[in-house]
Amino acid sequence: MAVMNVNPTRMQLSKLKKQLVTAVRGHKMLKDKRDELMRQFLELVRQTRDLRDKVERELENCNNHFVNASAVMSKEALDGALLSPKQQVNVEIGSKNVMSVEIPQFEAGKRTADEGDIFPYGFAFTSFELDDAVMSLDRVLPDLILLAQYEKSCELMSAEIEKTRRRVNSLEHVMIPRYQETIKFISMKLEENDRSSRTRLMKVKDMLLDKAHGYSKTMNQ
Amino acid sequence: MAKHIAVIGDAESIKGFSAVGLDIYPCDDLNEAGALLRRIADSDTYAVIYLTETVFLAVEKVRARYQDRLTPAIIPIPGVTGNKGTGTRRLSSFVEKAVGSDIIFNN
Repeated sequence: MAVMNVNPTRMQLSKLKKQLVTAVRGHKMLKDKRDELMRQFLELVRQTRDLRDKVERELENCNNHFVNASAVMSKEALDGALLSPKQQVNVEIGSKNVMSVEIPQFEAGKRTADEGDIFPYGFAFTSFELDDAVMSLDRVLPDLILLAQYEKSCELMSAEIEKTRRRVNSLEHVMIPRYQETIKFISMKLEENDRSSRTRLMKVKDMLLDKAHGYSKTMNQ
Repeated sequence: MAKHIAVIGDAESIKGFSAVGLDIYPCDDLNEAGALLRRIADSDTYAVIYLTETVFLAVEKVRARYQDRLTPAIIPIPGVTGNKGTGTRRLSSFVEKAVGSDIIFNN
């Protein structure tokens, strides 16, 4: 791992040591966040998968009803019957914070409370197949809205997990080793400087003693 | 603020949704689906937009604009021609993105 391009000074060393401590703490916290997000995400995905299977089965059932209805009624009559709807679904949007990910909460309400308002037509000229179709669609609607909430949450959480995973990996495999290497490099450099100045002092001391007392001459004799 | 729900798809698949209180936008020309989705999503009046699978696959680029936002949630539903498995594949792609490999749907 490449050493950072810094001056090998004591000040830089203590700064890097502080940064390393922060990086290690950040790494631990992000790892915890990733693990918890992952746990909740996998749980949610399993729920979503089951819900989607159910909703898809029910929608297929609804479509079958509609095909039946269009078989016994003319296209114009069918389109005319559904032309002016009475009901309107309103969705209140809330949000929930899961490990710093905002996920949506949909609360569905209807414009009118009357359950019969899902039939925007008179019963005299329409087939009962159409009633079945509309009723089955009305039954699947709460699940359909819940599915939207779950799937959007999965989408947002998966993006956040990916981001967190990248951060954890970059801290673990790049930033922290780089700090450690640089700290090692600076402390070795400082020790080296230390040793070199000590030898220089010893040498100077020798030279001074030699000058004063002439030790080297006596030692050579 | 209360928002509504929209459905985009071929007229045959989605007409029933209008009865139960969803706004329907029939779209039989897939080339126009992207512009329609953008118009509806940018109007900020819809919390959820359901797309039939055929339309869903045709508007991939436009969908990407809204994937980081809380609303609208753009969700595929099977059309009248039957289930093509787009929704399940989408879920599986989320797992793959988060975990690195699909550990839930690969059995």
